[in-house]
Amino acid sequence: MSASASSRWGLRILAVGYLAALLIVPVGMIFYKTFEHGLTAPIEAITTPNAIHALELTLLMVAIAVPLNAVFGIACAILLVRHRWWGNGAIDAIINLPFAVSPVVIGLSLFLLYGLGGWFAGVSEAGFQILFAVPGMVLASVFVSVPFVVRETVPVLQEVGTEQEQAASTLGAGAWQTFWRVTLPSIRWGVAYGVVLTTARVLGEFGAVSVVSGKISGQTETLPIFVAKQFEEFNYTGAYAGAVLLALLALCALLAMNLMRGKEDA
Amino acid sequence: MAEALALRLSQAAGERERAPWLGRGMVVLYLSAIVLLPLAAVLSKSLDEGLAGFWSAVSSAESVAALKLTVIASLIVVAINAVFGTIIAWVLVRDEFPGKKALNAFIDLPFALPTIVAGITLMTLYGSDSPIGVNVTFTQTAVVLALLFVTLPFVVRAVQPLLMEMDREMEEAAASLGAGGFTIFRRIIFPNLLPGIGAGVALAFARALGEFGSLVLITGNLPFKTLVSSVFIYQQIESGNTAGAAAVSVVLLGASLLLLAGVGLIQRWGAKQ
Repeated sequence: MSASASSRWGLRILAVGYLAALLIVPVGMIFYKTFEHGLTAPIEAITTPNAIHALELTLLMVAIAVPLNAVFGIACAILLVRHRWWGNGAIDAIINLPFAVSPVVIGLSLFLLYGLGGWFAGVSEAGFQILFAVPGMVLASVFVSVPFVVRETVPVLQEVGTEQEQAASTLGAGAWQTFWRVTLPSIRWGVAYGVVLTTARVLGEFGAVSVVSGKISGQTETLPIFVAKQFEEFNYTGAYAGAVLLALLALCALLAMNLMRGKEDA
Repeated sequence: MAEALALRLSQAAGERERAPWLGRGMVVLYLSAIVLLPLAAVLSKSLDEGLAGFWSAVSSAESVAALKLTVIASLIVVAINAVFGTIIAWVLVRDEFPGKKALNAFIDLPFALPTIVAGITLMTLYGSDSPIGVNVTFTQTAVVLALLFVTLPFVVRAVQPLLMEMDREMEEAAASLGAGGFTIFRRIIFPNLLPGIGAGVALAFARALGEFGSLVLITGNLPFKTLVSSVFIYQQIESGNTAGAAAVSVVLLGASLLLLAGVGLIQRWGAKQ
């Protein structure tokens, strides 16, 4: 008994110690370092025009990329689960690609497609600038976050089954009505979970957006790029303040994820 | 009445059969425009100067050093993840102590935290003005440390559900037959967790191969020392060598695709067991 108790304590100390050293203490440290000398300096650092513009641009990415991928994710999940098709396997594989591809490669791919000599270079030549502008950054954000809603919705759809949908259509509901009244309410927590993951990813995306944005201060600088630039310019107050702002948003996402996991299980 | 119902059912079935084609078209179009065409552009660019050009870009000394570092660091990282991820999952499922729930909630933070913040966060504790006197910046240890941070949840979250589902009776039977703690782990628990560990490791490896944001500040990006492939690609893009960047990208892409295919196989194998 004492041997098993001591091994239990040993494992507990290993696990908690590892998490503390890697995760908990560093995250605590960045909050401490930011607010070490009071609130004034960090607040000033993230209310400069460039910082505010960066935050607004980041929120704009979220406002465009998240709804797009949510609608796509729901439609795609329904097709994968409810309708047999020989192409489903390929769709499933393609959806997971963004997880396997480095963010830098994603950025490069858009850079090559829309850049000088690229297949879609004509779009920019026609006056609609993609690279070093908001549209390119939106495309990068959408690319990196394609999989989340699909992946969270598919298992929920499989689990709820088709009985209620069949009952609704037997009772005369059209496809659209069945979707709004029966399908969507039953998968809402899966979708919501995917939306939170998508939002967190878009808020924090750095590599892909860096490549296509040109990182122009006050113009194409998102919050993560702003943080990196402040750090590289040795403006640590600004870097830490921006990092803490992003960390707070991430903690909100984490909280939402945990609250929803409870709902999903129920 | 019955006829009307049958008619309605067959109409509904017909609607269900027709509707998917529009949806399929939209889904295929969206994925092609957002994901496939851009990636095809990378593949095409990497072969701009033929196979010889591809090979000379991939086999340059700097590129090989970066790939080597990326693969070796990722291997070290997934080995540590396999061990600690399993231990953490075990403690979270089988142990009871105050604060366990909060700890469990915290595991996913690396997925939610922007990668650039992850790098800066690590530097506050392990950087040049470290309060504990440990400075890993600009070393290969920094590469491993940052990758450990961003890949932490994969193995934990893959093993946890398997542990929760596991039947305790087998362990109890083994114990009653005189098996010790280690024997029970090796012969009964470990084989059951193996599919989860394998899937978690493969996902973590794919993530580590491509990681960029958390590494770019903490490693200093020193060629032949701490420059990983993703940062190397980034530098090649910035200096205008997009064909070289594309060639190295294709190598990374190929490796990740193999890994994802591996995950698929492991999951199918796990489902069969």
